[in-house]
Amino acid sequence: MVTNRHIGSPVERVEDLRFLRGRGEYIDDVVKEGQLYAVVVRSQIAHGRIRSIDTKPALRMPGVHSIITSADLGSPVPTVTIRLQPMPSLIPFQQPVMAHGKVRYVGEPLALVLADSVAIAEDAAAAIEVEIDALPAITDRHASGRDETLLFEKHRSNQPVKYTAVLGDAIAAFRNAPYIRREQFRVNRHAAVPMEPRGLLAEWDESKGRLVLHGAAKVAFFNRRMLAEKLGLAEDKVDLVENDVGGGFGARGEFYPEDFLIPFAARRTGRPVKWTEDRRENLMATQHARDADCDIEIACDHDGTILGLRGHAWADVGAYIRTNGLVAPRNIAQFMSGPYRIPNINIDVAVQFTNKTPSGTYRGPGRFETDFFRERLFDLVASDLGIDRVEFRRRNLVSKAEMPYHIAKISPYEAETEYDSGNYASTLARCLKEFDWTKKSDVQGKLIGGRYHGIAVGCFIEGGAAGPKENARIVLEADGSATIYVGSSAIGQGLETVFSQIAADALEMPLDRVRIFHGSTTYLREGYGSYHSRAVVMGGSAILAAANALHQEIRNAAARRFVCEPADVAITDERVSGPRGQSLTFADLSADNISAEGSFANHHHTYSYGAHAAHVAVDPRTCHVQIVDYVAVEDVGRIINPLTLRGQVTGALVQGLGGAFLEHFIYDTNGQLLTTSFADYLMPSASDFPNIRVFLMEEEPSPINPLGAKGAGEGGIIPVGGVISNAVASALSSLGVQPHELPLSPSRLWHLIHDVKPS
Amino acid sequence: MTQPTLKTRFTVNGKPVEVTVPARMTLADCLRHQLRLTGTHLGCEHGVCGACTVIFNGDAVRACLMLAVQAEGAEIITVEGLSNDDALTPLQASFRKHGALQCGFCTPGMITTAHALLSEEPDADADRIRDVLSGNLCRCTGYIPIIEAVLDARAAYRKTRED
Amino acid sequence: MKLPPFEYACPATVAEAVSLLASYPGEAKVIAGGQSLMPMMAFRLATPSLLVDLRKLKGLDRIDIGKDGIHIGAKVRWRDILDSEVLRKAHPLLVAAIGHVAHYQIRNRGTVGGSLAHADPAAEMPGIAVACEALIFITGKAGSRVLRAQDFFLGALTTALQPDELITEIRLPLWPPSRRWGFEEFARRRGDFALAAVAVFYDEDGLGRAKDVHIGVIGAANRSLRIKEAETLLNGRAVTEALIVEAGRIVSAAVDPPDDIHASAAYRRALAGTLTERALLGAGGGAR
Repeated sequence: MVTNRHIGSPVERVEDLRFLRGRGEYIDDVVKEGQLYAVVVRSQIAHGRIRSIDTKPALRMPGVHSIITSADLGSPVPTVTIRLQPMPSLIPFQQPVMAHGKVRYVGEPLALVLADSVAIAEDAAAAIEVEIDALPAITDRHASGRDETLLFEKHRSNQPVKYTAVLGDAIAAFRNAPYIRREQFRVNRHAAVPMEPRGLLAEWDESKGRLVLHGAAKVAFFNRRMLAEKLGLAEDKVDLVENDVGGGFGARGEFYPEDFLIPFAARRTGRPVKWTEDRRENLMATQHARDADCDIEIACDHDGTILGLRGHAWADVGAYIRTNGLVAPRNIAQFMSGPYRIPNINIDVAVQFTNKTPSGTYRGPGRFETDFFRERLFDLVASDLGIDRVEFRRRNLVSKAEMPYHIAKISPYEAETEYDSGNYASTLARCLKEFDWTKKSDVQGKLIGGRYHGIAVGCFIEGGAAGPKENARIVLEADGSATIYVGSSAIGQGLETVFSQIAADALEMPLDRVRIFHGSTTYLREGYGSYHSRAVVMGGSAILAAANALHQEIRNAAARRFVCEPADVAITDERVSGPRGQSLTFADLSADNISAEGSFANHHHTYSYGAHAAHVAVDPRTCHVQIVDYVAVEDVGRIINPLTLRGQVTGALVQGLGGAFLEHFIYDTNGQLLTTSFADYLMPSASDFPNIRVFLMEEEPSPINPLGAKGAGEGGIIPVGGVISNAVASALSSLGVQPHELPLSPSRLWHLIHDVKPS
Repeated sequence: MTQPTLKTRFTVNGKPVEVTVPARMTLADCLRHQLRLTGTHLGCEHGVCGACTVIFNGDAVRACLMLAVQAEGAEIITVEGLSNDDALTPLQASFRKHGALQCGFCTPGMITTAHALLSEEPDADADRIRDVLSGNLCRCTGYIPIIEAVLDARAAYRKTRED
Repeated sequence: MKLPPFEYACPATVAEAVSLLASYPGEAKVIAGGQSLMPMMAFRLATPSLLVDLRKLKGLDRIDIGKDGIHIGAKVRWRDILDSEVLRKAHPLLVAAIGHVAHYQIRNRGTVGGSLAHADPAAEMPGIAVACEALIFITGKAGSRVLRAQDFFLGALTTALQPDELITEIRLPLWPPSRRWGFEEFARRRGDFALAAVAVFYDEDGLGRAKDVHIGVIGAANRSLRIKEAETLLNGRAVTEALIVEAGRIVSAAVDPPDDIHASAAYRRALAGTLTERALLGAGGGAR
C-alpha cells in the first residue's frame, strides 16, 4: 500500500494554471498551415432512400476545394465498429461512416465539403441539393416493435438484441408472493452535451505514409486501431493526439463517422483537414442517451422483504448501434437491483431501433434509468405496505457481511459481476443524519407558504474500474525528475493532478518533480483510456506498478555504481545510498537512461456506493419545483483528491438534475429533432440548483487494487432521477400525483395534478 | 459572392489592433483566428452559453453575437488580458482554490463575467452572483464551487476599489 | 454556425439608414445590439442581403421625462434602463419587467428598439408597451409616423414596420407615483423567455376603488394583449380577493396560448390566470 503524503490532500490542480489564463489548447485552437475546413452535410429527412446528391452548384462556389460523397469511400462503405459487447450478429447494424442508399436519422452525414473557411463550406453545404424519397419515420419504441417499417430491411426486426438478467428463480418467487406490484416508468432522451463541441484535425504525410489525428479523447488506442484498419494502414503509421478536452461524460472520444471522414479527406487532398462541430450538430449528431422505459413487477413479503423483481424494459437506441450503444441497455437489466438484496430476478431489456440519433453511453449509462425505475417502485410499494420508506430500504440493503455480493448474470455476453466491498447501511445513515431526515419529516406533504413540501431518499451503487488493463511508463529525466506517460485520457477530471499525487507518493518525490502526459498514442505502445470511471484505479495502479519498477531500475543502476547488490541500495528523497555510505542523486543516475513500464490488469469492477436525499417544495400552480436541500453521500474506497472528487460528485449531480427537470431531446412524428439549440435543449444554469451538499467517505477500500480506490466519476448522477421524483411525489401525495416519466417539467406536473392528458 | 473585407481598428488587452475582416465575421472568430487569442471559446455560437464572453468598453458581452466590425473604436479585454505570467490573479487563484473548473472550457467566460461584475459590484451577494452567472453554462462543476470562488474573490475587488 | 454572407453599411444619420433600407427593399435588416438578429442569422433563419448598423447614429439613446411622457430612445439598452435612477422612480413597472430580460451579457447590448421590432410574443418590452399604451415612433422613406403599441404588434415576430422603416423612440405615458402595479413572470429558468407574464396597474379613487385598470398578458398568445374583460371587472370596484380570483379566471379563458415543446396550451392558460392573481395581489389588492 502506498502511504499518503499527497494522496488524500485537496491538492490544487496543475491543469488550472493554463485553463484559468485561457491557455488551454482545445482542438479548435489548433491550426496547421494550409489546412482545409470541413463541414458535414447532414440529412434533413429522418428515414428515406437517397435518390441523388447534386454537388455541382456547391463546387462552383469560390473557395470550395472539393466535396466527398459516399461514392468516394470505396465499397463497401466502412462502418463504425462496436467497441463494447460486440457480437457478429450485430455487425449489420453498425453505422456507415457516410449514409449510402438509405438515411436513417436527421443529422446523418451525407457528404463532406472541404473549403478555405468554415463559412464558405457552410455556404456550399447549403447549396447542395439532396433528393431523398421519404419513408415512414419510426419515432418511438412501440412503433419500432411492431416491425411494420424496418430500418434494416434485410433483417426482419427492429430489435437487434435483447439482454436478460437472471438471478435465482423469479417464477417461483412470484408464484406465491404475498404482495406484488406492477408499474411502468419512462426516462427522457437526453445526453452528455459537453461545453466543447467535437473537433478533429487530420494531417497526412505522403512521404512517410503517416497519419496524425488531433482531437482524440477517451479511447485513443482503440480508435487508432480502428482507424488504421479502415484506412488500410499499419497501426504504427497512425497516431492519435489528445489535446485539452472540454468535457466528455461518455460521449466524446468514441469513434464517430467524422473520425473516419476527416482523416480520409486529409489523405485524399494531401492537406491538413480541420473540422469542428457546431452546437446544432452536437445536439443532433453526438450520441444521445437514456431513452428507455420499463414494465416491471416486484414481489415482497408483508414485512417489506423483497422476494423478486421481474419485467421488461426497452432501450430506444436510435438508428444504429454505436461503439458503446449496448452498455446502457445491458446495465438497465443487470443493475436494476442496485445495492439491494433481491434474490430472484428476471429482467429483459430489448434494444430497439428508431429513426433518431444513435445512442451511446452517458455518465452512469443505464444506471440513471434503472435507478429511477427501481426507486420509484420502492416508494410506491412502501406506501402500499404501510412501511416507512427508509426502513423498507434499510431492510433490503445488501450488508457488509455479504460482500463480495453476486448480482444477476447477464446474457448474451455471459458476464457475471459481484460487488467488491461496501457498507451500504453506513452511507444511508450518514445521508439521513446530514440531511436531518427526522426533522424534515415534519414538513412532509405539508402546504407551507403556497408550496407543498416533500422529501425522499435513495441508495445507489456505481460501477468502475473496467478492465482489461492500463499501462504507464516512467522516465527519469536528466535533472532527476520523473516524467510519467499513461494511457488514461483527460476529460476535465483533473487527471494530471490526481496522477501526480499518486506518482509523487509512489516515487517519494515532491509533487512538482513529477510530470504527467496522457492520452495520446505517441506516448505508449498500448493503452486503454478513460471510461467507466476507471482512470484512478486502472491508470493509478499502472502508475504504481511502473513506480515500483522504476525504483527497481534505480536500485539496479546504483548497485552497478556502488558495486553491491540492488537489495542493499536504499532510496530516500530522490537519493540512493549504498552499504558503505555511498550516495548519489537521481539526477546523477539519469545518464543510464533509466525508465520503467508498468501495467495493471483487472477483470473485476469496483463499486462505489452511497445515498442521496432531497427536500423539494412544489408550487402547485406554476408547478415549479424548488430544491430546498439536496444531500449526496458517497463512499469511494479511497479519496485521492477530495477537492476534485467533490467537484465530480457535484457536477454529476447537477447533470442529473438537468435530466430530471430540464433536458429532453424531442422529436416530432416525422423524426425531426425539435431541440437543436440551447434555447430548446435546456441545461442547468447557476441559478437553478444552489442548495447541494456533498459528503465523501472512504470507510471501505476496494480489495482488488493496490490503491484501495474505486471509480467515482459517475455516482453523483445515478440516483438523482429516482430521488427527485420520489420527493415530488411525496410533496404532492395529497393531490394524488405519481410521476412515472421524466423530465418533471412544470407542464407535465400540472397535467398530473389536473389529471388532464396534454394534447 | 466574393466577400468584401473591411478594416476595423480597436484595442485588445491594451494594445491597438487593426484587422481586415469579412463583414460576417463575428468578434469571437476575429479574436480567435485573426488575433490568435484562443482563450475566448465557442460553445454555441447563438448567444446562450457565455463561453465567448469578453469585456467590451467595460461591459461583459457575448463575442459570438457581435460582428468584428461593430468593435470599431472599442476597448476589448479578453481572458488573456486578465492574466499575467507571474502569478494567478486573486480571481483566478480563488477559482483554483475552490475547484471552480474542471475541463476549463467555460472558464474564460466565467472569469471575464465575474471580473466585470465584481469590478462594478464588489459587494454582490450570492444571489446576485448566481443571477449574473446564470448566463454562463458549465457542464462539469455544478456551479457551486464557482459561486464560492467569486464570493471569496470579492475582498480583492473591494480593496482595489478603496485604493 | 457561421453567418451567411451579406453587405454591410454603417450610416451616420437616420436619413441615411432609411435610404439604405429602402435601397434593398425587403432584403435589408437593421442591426443595433444584435442579440435577437445574430442568433437567427447563425441558424440561417434570417438571411438579409444588407445589414444596416445603427451604431453610429446619435441621439437615439436618451431617456427623458417630458410633460408628454417618458421618452426612451430606440438604442437605449436594457442595462441603461436598469441603471437609471430616474426610471426607477418614473416607471417602476418598466424597470421591474426589464429585470427579467435574458442574461447579464445580453442586457449590456440588447436595445428597446430591437426588441420592439423583433416582436417576440414572450418578450417583456412589447408586453409593457401594450400594457401601458405606449406610442412607438417610426421613421421611413415616407417620413415619420406614430403608432399605438396595440396597432404596432400584429402577430408572432410580425409588426407594422415597413421594410424601409426603423423605430426611433418609444414613449410611455407618465406614471403617477401613487399607482398600484404588479409584474409576475414565470420561465423554466432564470432568463428564459416567459411561459407567461402579466403586468397590471391601476389607480385608486378617493374611496379605494380601482380605476383605469390595465392588465397585459405576455406569452399567452401570438402577441401581448390587454384583457379588457378583466379590466372592466375591476374598474370602479375595490379589488378584493374574490375579484382577483375572478379576474384570473377571465384571463385564463381569454388567452389563446401556443402549445409547444416547453409547455402545453392548457398549462399556459392556467399559468396566465395564476400570474394575474399574483400580480394583482402584489399590487396591493386583496387586502380588504
